[in-house]
Amino acid sequence: MNPLLEVRDLHVGFGGSRHRPLVRAVDGVELAVERGQIVALAGESGCGKTTLARTLLGLEKPWKGEVRFAGKPLDYSTRGLKAYRRKVQLVLQDPTGALNPRRTVYEAVAEGLRIHRVPGDERALVAEALSQAGLRPAERFFGRYPHELSGGQRQRVVIAGALALNPDVIVADEPVSSLDASVRGEILALLMSLRDSLGLTVLVVTHDLGLAWNIADRLAVMYLGRIVEIGRTEQLLAAPKHPYTEALLSVLPETAHRTPIILKGEAPDPRRIPAGCRFHPRCPALASGAAERAGIAARCVGETLPVLPQIGPHAAACLLAGHVGEGIAGAAGNTPVGV
Amino acid sequence: MTTVAWTRRRFAVSAFWRSFRADREGLIGLISLLVIAVIALAAPLLASATELSPTKATGPVLAAPSLEYPFGTDDSGRSVLLLVIWGSRVSLLVGLAATLISMVIGTVVGVAAGHFGGAGGFLTRFAGGTLNRLTEWFLVIPYLPLAIALMVVAIRYNLPLVLAVIIVIGITSWPSTARLVRAQTLAIEGRPYIERAKVLGAGHWHQMTRHVLPNVMPLVLANTTLTVSIAILAETTLSFLGLGSGDSISWGTIISSARNHVAMSNGQWWWFLFPGIAVVVVVRAFNMCGRALERILDPRLKERS
Amino acid sequence: MALLEIRDLSIAYRVAGGSLPAVRGVSLTVEAGEVVGVAGESGCGKSTVAGAVLRLLPTGTSVIGSVLLNGQDVLTMPWGKLRAVRWSDASIVFQGAMSGLNPVRRIGDQIAEPMLVHATVATRRALDSRVSELLEQVGVPAWRARSYPHELSGGQRQRVMIAMALACSPQLIIADEPTTALDVMVQAQVLALLKSLVAERGVGMLLISHDLSVLSNVCDRVAVMYAGRVVEEGPAAQLFGDARHPYAQALAAAFPVIGDPTSRRAPRGLPGDPPDPTDLPSGCPFHPRCPARVDVCTVDDVRLRTVSPVRSAACVHVPAASEVAS
Repeated sequence: MNPLLEVRDLHVGFGGSRHRPLVRAVDGVELAVERGQIVALAGESGCGKTTLARTLLGLEKPWKGEVRFAGKPLDYSTRGLKAYRRKVQLVLQDPTGALNPRRTVYEAVAEGLRIHRVPGDERALVAEALSQAGLRPAERFFGRYPHELSGGQRQRVVIAGALALNPDVIVADEPVSSLDASVRGEILALLMSLRDSLGLTVLVVTHDLGLAWNIADRLAVMYLGRIVEIGRTEQLLAAPKHPYTEALLSVLPETAHRTPIILKGEAPDPRRIPAGCRFHPRCPALASGAAERAGIAARCVGETLPVLPQIGPHAAACLLAGHVGEGIAGAAGNTPVGV
Repeated sequence: MTTVAWTRRRFAVSAFWRSFRADREGLIGLISLLVIAVIALAAPLLASATELSPTKATGPVLAAPSLEYPFGTDDSGRSVLLLVIWGSRVSLLVGLAATLISMVIGTVVGVAAGHFGGAGGFLTRFAGGTLNRLTEWFLVIPYLPLAIALMVVAIRYNLPLVLAVIIVIGITSWPSTARLVRAQTLAIEGRPYIERAKVLGAGHWHQMTRHVLPNVMPLVLANTTLTVSIAILAETTLSFLGLGSGDSISWGTIISSARNHVAMSNGQWWWFLFPGIAVVVVVRAFNMCGRALERILDPRLKERS
Repeated sequence: MALLEIRDLSIAYRVAGGSLPAVRGVSLTVEAGEVVGVAGESGCGKSTVAGAVLRLLPTGTSVIGSVLLNGQDVLTMPWGKLRAVRWSDASIVFQGAMSGLNPVRRIGDQIAEPMLVHATVATRRALDSRVSELLEQVGVPAWRARSYPHELSGGQRQRVMIAMALACSPQLIIADEPTTALDVMVQAQVLALLKSLVAERGVGMLLISHDLSVLSNVCDRVAVMYAGRVVEEGPAAQLFGDARHPYAQALAAAFPVIGDPTSRRAPRGLPGDPPDPTDLPSGCPFHPRCPARVDVCTVDDVRLRTVSPVRSAACVHVPAASEVAS
């Protein structure tokens, strides 16, 4: 199967020099998104998920590795990127900031159409985009300004603006985290319906695992610039293999039946990524002695794990759980992605 | 623009006018300016050429203010009142024209410096950095000596003096506008909707004209009225120093003549006081408007509706 | 006698063009050693209630009703007494700890400030040791007293805010959105900290959040607010699992239980938006968005009705055995 959007051995950094960046925001990621899938990229702040999303959009350039769309690597020239923008669009976190307060809803949605000089009746295209985003009757919203709308409505306007260009992929960065709880479900349902009706592929960046449970087909959990676990949502959340995912799940109030594993401290600075397994300083398996008993404790501290490859229905970057490279758990090699 | 947008624009303008009307200081300033403008435009009707000519004027020489000559007369027998009225034309013309030049240059440089100065490739950052250095260079040079030097050059090349004054003041005042605009541009550039425009596929031109400029204009507008004050004062100063509008009558030249005839020591206070008061009144009026505009338009002070 | 007793509180802000009713008749009690949660979305009035307890609302705000702290009405207290009460009897952990700390002063000085104002500690040395003690209690290394806020992480700043709230050993702590904008793991740490503080010191806590699931973990009782009123109240576990008011049900369903097949690929939300306080719908203010709306809802407003001795809900579908006396 040919994935629509793919990254191979991606490394993105900031500061320092080109090949030795100061901040290794994305430090080796393999990811493939099939057409029509909803993939959730989860993790806490500093894990690199936002940088990964921005790199997928071409807003950041990797210093190593590549982004591929429909099998072809991204063209970073001005013209190439402009053409790419018609295929892959972004929905930002804060809808209030994402809209120019001086522009009406109509102008906000029409902006993309005007930039790309899309032929056709602009008014009709804007109306259609607004309706698809759930703002009906669309004409009633044409003349409104962002501050006259509620948070949920603003987010729909942003989504409409992205839809107006008829993209293949929408990348949504924390689409509901700044909205009221009661509105959350509506926006998530909208994203799902867009996949169902328009065949859109959606990549959602979020810190909320419940969101993944709500709408995502596949889930990738990131920590300090790497994907530490990836797989089908049901499998992953039912039986997480990586200690980090396990801890994250256990502290969610919605999973009250688990004993909470509260990790000590906070995620370290991406400028000082620990040696060996990057999670080992906070790993409860290591601390509790489980790793010792399995005989791998020394390797956890000393051995750098290879990048988790894009294979298998469920894989975790953990020696204890059986890293995919070891071939113990998670199919190695042949099982197609996304099954 | 669609009819919807036009309707909204009209509403926005009338909302703005309502706020301005409610601001007492701004209203006083505006009314004063309108009165002054009417006087300036009506000057040819109020003062004939004979009354203003130094040789043909008929009034008593150096007479103190009286009912017939409310502002007194100068050394040629001209009514100072008529001189002040006539002088308003040049002073205001220079002030407004110079401000226009300054505002245009300042806004263009400021937006470009702010937009290209941030992240981006080496060349864009270099361009932005250069513009910034240019602005700072101009800011640091002492304003008056530069203006004097440029005027001397202009006189030497026989440029029409009024035009020269306008250009000189224009190119020495743009840096402060550029500074302000650059700061505001940098603030706007950080906002998510600029990033959204980028993601939608917008290039530099689109981002600057469609997003940055409209958000910067209110501040520029407020700053403009204050710049007019500075320009008028500058013209007055230059004329006072003898480098200004030369033979034309402006407030600065009136005061300059007064000084040349040692009016201060001779007790002919009306000759330089009234033109001076005129400058103060106009500058104050522009400042009042400017401050009212700032209060209304400053996005930081805007309350959330 | 309850530690905190709010009786029939109504608050209206003064805004350009009239007044904005933010709270319309709210009653709550918090006992010592109890954690009471207030849930609701933006504009429902919960932060206003928090501000009222210490009279922190802007001048000109109309406040009706009574707020009894240890039996004394905060709203009618003389100014001197109020200043004494503030922080030493009740303190607040503010929303947005990022901006609640002064960026140009050291952490230690800021924690010490309330102690200095209330003159609770005599010597410099005693002050320093108390600051260290407080920092340790909230899980921040004591040497951090000499750091500036920007040198700390978000979670640590929030803990410092909690340490500040504890400085004068208050009996009541009000926590206004203490975990918003924090990562999930840090949120868990902060909530565990709050829980342990209540258990160890026997303080009462009023915890305000828009996230119902956060409250269900920590609170003994929860009150859900909508459009300035309490629409449901009861023990946390019961409310979260079996809400009676449709709005509370929607809030509880907003964050799904992971592993529950009914919420898989089925996000649940409410149509519409929270109402404009200056333009509330007629009858029950929730009716435009209510999935269980009936005709009478557009006409009659509903007050809290008893569901059980410890629960009440303001919905017409709850049998009107007796209205809760306020």
